[in-house]
Amino acid sequence: MRGILSDRIGAALLMAPLLLFLILAYAWPFLGVVKWSFTLPTPGLGQYHALLTDDLVQSVFIRTLRIAAIVTVVSVTAAYAITVVWVRGSPVQRVLAEFCILVPFWISVLTRAFGWVALLSNRGLINTWLQSIGFISEPLTLVRNEFGVIVGMSHFLIPFAVFPLASAMRSLDERVLLAARGLGSSRMRTFWTVFVPMTRSGIIGSALIVFVFSLGFFVTPAILGGGRSVMIAELIYLRIFQSPDWGLGAAISVVLVVFVGALMALLFRYVKPKQLV
Amino acid sequence: MPTYRPGPVSLVLAVVVALFLLMPLLAVIPVSLTPSRMLTMPTGELSLRHYRSLIEDPRWLDSILLSLRIGVVSSAFSTLLALTFSLGVWMFQPRFTAALVGFVLLPMVVPPVVSAVTLYFLLTSVSGISSFFGYDTWLGVAMAHSVMTVPFATVLILVSLSQLDRRIDLAARGLGASVWERATRIIMPNIKFGIVTAALLSFVLSWEEIGVTLFITSVNAITLPRLMWMGLRDNIDPAIAALSVILIIITVLVLIARSLIARRQPTP
Repeated sequence: MRGILSDRIGAALLMAPLLLFLILAYAWPFLGVVKWSFTLPTPGLGQYHALLTDDLVQSVFIRTLRIAAIVTVVSVTAAYAITVVWVRGSPVQRVLAEFCILVPFWISVLTRAFGWVALLSNRGLINTWLQSIGFISEPLTLVRNEFGVIVGMSHFLIPFAVFPLASAMRSLDERVLLAARGLGSSRMRTFWTVFVPMTRSGIIGSALIVFVFSLGFFVTPAILGGGRSVMIAELIYLRIFQSPDWGLGAAISVVLVVFVGALMALLFRYVKPKQLV
Repeated sequence: MPTYRPGPVSLVLAVVVALFLLMPLLAVIPVSLTPSRMLTMPTGELSLRHYRSLIEDPRWLDSILLSLRIGVVSSAFSTLLALTFSLGVWMFQPRFTAALVGFVLLPMVVPPVVSAVTLYFLLTSVSGISSFFGYDTWLGVAMAHSVMTVPFATVLILVSLSQLDRRIDLAARGLGASVWERATRIIMPNIKFGIVTAALLSFVLSWEEIGVTLFITSVNAITLPRLMWMGLRDNIDPAIAALSVILIIITVLVLIARSLIARRQPTP
């Protein structure tokens, strides 16, 4: 009888390499970052005090929350529109919708941000076109501001918002919809009073995912914001590499993790992890 | 057989979103063909000079080779770790499985910028010990990428294991197969699609990784995304547009190939 003991050894041998790797390469250095936040430049809670009083840090936090909220509304709404067709459309519509969701999903964040620069910059596609038809005389400022950041981030996050919504829409019993229609409810009314409420868990899941992702977003705001609309992640980068203040950078990181952790806990109270894929 | 189809309003809205999603990908095509040295729309003549510079400029070629090397090494490493871990979870179902899996998934849910600071701390600490394994070295980047990709590989392998029928493993066990035999001859052949997908996803994630890479490299380990980033931040180089077009075409081809394969393969 190969007993419980050999089972335990087998499990330990198989699982140990990854766990050890992540403890050494992730958990331990994270604790180091936490230590930085309490010891640099002087030991104590100075950096956390600075977080609460520094005007720049405060304004960056508020801007981040504002942008994340707008991006969440835009992304979830847009994702809802395309997911309806992806899940409920005719076979051809489904293939097309899937193509439009998955191609951007698999393309790197840099390429996508660059695409928006090509579209929105002063000599970009949109300004060139608007000027050539004589609609405007001076180029519009569409990038290097908050507008550009919101557009680029929403574009990045729509595919992520699609998956929880699709999962909710797939598990919806369509006979309910047919019953509503059969009882004489209009398309609009069926959609708003039956379809949307029944996909509520998908909407909550997708909104929380987008919001959480937006909070720690770095690349898109840094490129499309052009240094003028700095968000938390970029502030951490600047504190570590440009005005070396590792303690403050570390303290902001710790606060961000705690905040995101609280949001994730909230997320899993409403939706099971399985509903997100 | 769904018969509840989206109405005309839904279709119009979905088309608007679809155009929004595709627009920036299409916009790079004309920019990549501009004869100008700067980021402008081509007026009149078209040129392939930016595509040529990708091949002729050694910086691009070097960073492509570096990214390939880092991608292959980190993908192999993280797939191997994810595979052994998932086999342990599936075969032995130890106590605290949920907590252990949750721990492994942390780099996926923690904001990437925090992971970046963490890995920056790690590699600058390691730099003191070894000169070819710390900050701004290709091995350091490969290790950092493994940390970031291993949760994704683990999820994919655990998902494909969850679709496996436990009874085939029980049968092998009953017939006296050792743990090694069960893993390599019974379980792994049945989840090979999941393992390959995990390796591919890890490679792709490493290949395009920029958030962490920015924090842990400076002048030596210039990966392709890092080079693109430098070109985007300073003076926008239209060679990036040419590179983007190539990457988009590859992505589209791979997706089409994958859907053709998936159609032949009866996946659950």
